[in-house]
Amino acid sequence: MADLDAFFEIAQSLGRHKLRTALTALGVFLGIFIFVLMSGLGPALQGAVQKRMAGFATNAVFMWGQRTSMPHAGMQPNRPVRFKNDDIAPLSRLEGVEHLAPRNQLGGFRAGAVVKRHGKTGSYQVAGDYPAFQYIQVPLMRAGRYINDRGLVERRKVAVIGEEVARGLFAPGEEPIGGAIEVNGIHFEVVGVFGTRAQGQQGDQQVRAVHVPFSTFQQAFHFGDHVSWFAMTARPGVDGADLERRARALLAERHKLAPDDELAIGSWNAAKQFAKQGTLFLAIQVILVLAGFLSLLAGAIGVLTILLITVRERTKEIGVRKALGATPRSVVAIVLAEAIMLTAAAGYVGLVAGVATIELANWLFVRFQVPLGDMHVSLEFAAIATVILIVVGAVAGLIPALRAAAIQPIEALRDE
Amino acid sequence: MWRQDGRLYGGSGPGSALGLARSVLRLNAINKYYQVGSHRLHVLRDVDAEIEDGELVSIMGASGSGKSTLLNILGILDRYDGGEYWLGDTLVRDLSETQAARYRNRFIGFVFQSFNLLPFKTALENVALPLYYQGVSRRARNRTAMQYLERVGLAEWAEHRPNELSGGQKQRVAIARALIGKPKIILADEPTGALDSATSLQIMDLLGEIHASGMTVIVVTHEAEIAARTQRVIRLRDGKIEAAA
Repeated sequence: MADLDAFFEIAQSLGRHKLRTALTALGVFLGIFIFVLMSGLGPALQGAVQKRMAGFATNAVFMWGQRTSMPHAGMQPNRPVRFKNDDIAPLSRLEGVEHLAPRNQLGGFRAGAVVKRHGKTGSYQVAGDYPAFQYIQVPLMRAGRYINDRGLVERRKVAVIGEEVARGLFAPGEEPIGGAIEVNGIHFEVVGVFGTRAQGQQGDQQVRAVHVPFSTFQQAFHFGDHVSWFAMTARPGVDGADLERRARALLAERHKLAPDDELAIGSWNAAKQFAKQGTLFLAIQVILVLAGFLSLLAGAIGVLTILLITVRERTKEIGVRKALGATPRSVVAIVLAEAIMLTAAAGYVGLVAGVATIELANWLFVRFQVPLGDMHVSLEFAAIATVILIVVGAVAGLIPALRAAAIQPIEALRDE
Repeated sequence: MWRQDGRLYGGSGPGSALGLARSVLRLNAINKYYQVGSHRLHVLRDVDAEIEDGELVSIMGASGSGKSTLLNILGILDRYDGGEYWLGDTLVRDLSETQAARYRNRFIGFVFQSFNLLPFKTALENVALPLYYQGVSRRARNRTAMQYLERVGLAEWAEHRPNELSGGQKQRVAIARALIGKPKIILADEPTGALDSATSLQIMDLLGEIHASGMTVIVVTHEAEIAARTQRVIRLRDGKIEAAA
């Protein structure tokens, strides 16, 4: 049997019921279209949040002093907890600490300070940092360098500024490196400009900041030996939550806090946060893919139903064909081929439309700066989808095909 | 015209080389039962029959005589429970569905009461269908189908669909379709049952012509008029051959 003949037979059969074929094809089309979109959407959502958090150490732990909530060692509750420079060395020796970055900030957390330059002013976050802070929140150096050990040791009045600060305080084309900025009457020389990989609010905030050496900061702004908070990263293989617990215990002991006083020290564990998000996104992805798969299944059930009806309608025809010499195999083949062809053709259009929609969405996201990740459909995914299509078509066609093959010519040809 | 091509349709039964009567079809003690609930219905009882190559035979019987069952067995559409059915020198017994389909395609040309043409195919495509199942290429089978349509006088109707044809024309198309596979026998089941008397005569004339060209034709009918136009009548009653006139 020539392949072209079989193709012609199927085309003729499908063409006999144009509306029905079109509607069934629409079902398959929507099935694969939604499947592709759903599969593309999951990574996009995940990418969106990952972009927001980009350049941020996933194993970071933050710790800051609050107020005690229980009496301990003869002291009343509600005592403020203040970390000091003395805490730095013991903490950095703590097992599992990779980088330790004590930090101070003008104003409070997320508050701004007035930064001036030649009559231009702006409100930016001003922080005193260790060089190690670059491992917590990774700066994308646009020019110059980050804070170094020499700056820390010699208490140099140098500053590394975010690119938004540079844009705000320096004229276009003006070189920020070597320029001077003024904070609370103290002048700092700009030695570096940094950007960030993080997107959205997080990223905006990061580049509206001025980082100066920790020691210079304490001296210039009269912080004494006060440390507002500690940022640290865990060594590879060290559990962030475990490090958090041990660092808290160490600080609690040093500051004579009740071991079970949870409120005395505040802490935040990035690993926990990332893990929570990871689980959430996995769940979202599973739901999306499941939804896509179910819509594909609905399309397949449409094909199955239509083919069952078609086979029933064609009982007489199949009986005639069998009387004329159609083997069961040829009957199975023709129904299966019809199912596969219908599914594959409609599904392929759905696949192309789905990928095109995703590409269009990507283009729009970039064009209008929507902070979503890349919607991505890989070649492998397309290949998998194609295989799924053929399998779906074959499975949908199998029951009707076997039913068709079981038709007995005697029954089919009986004249009513 | 049919005579010229007679050799194409001639079967060769066992013993033809010995100069004996060449039987194209032989039934030896065919028995057939139907299980109806707990009853076992004996539908065909030791049916013996022999049809010679090139004969025009009719099988007659009232409804319930086992006529349809016999027809189904002769057409390799149904199995039988005992005996032997020889088609030429092939024993037709215990066939798989696939084998049965092949044998039907090669050995048997069906003509039905209700024509059973495929409505969405043209007359030409309908005639060509048996060759499709022989794996003949589209071009070759359409060429052959055209020749057969010419022989039944319907060449100019080749591209028409069955619903554009009269009953007589439909039956002619069906006859062309029955002939195209060069079968051993033409099995016509009430071929005039759906036709008026004038058209019935034309169809019987056509079957007569086909027989005259050397083809074995078996007509199943309940009409005595039709049976009278055949060489021999096999009568069935209660699953038994009543008389072979």
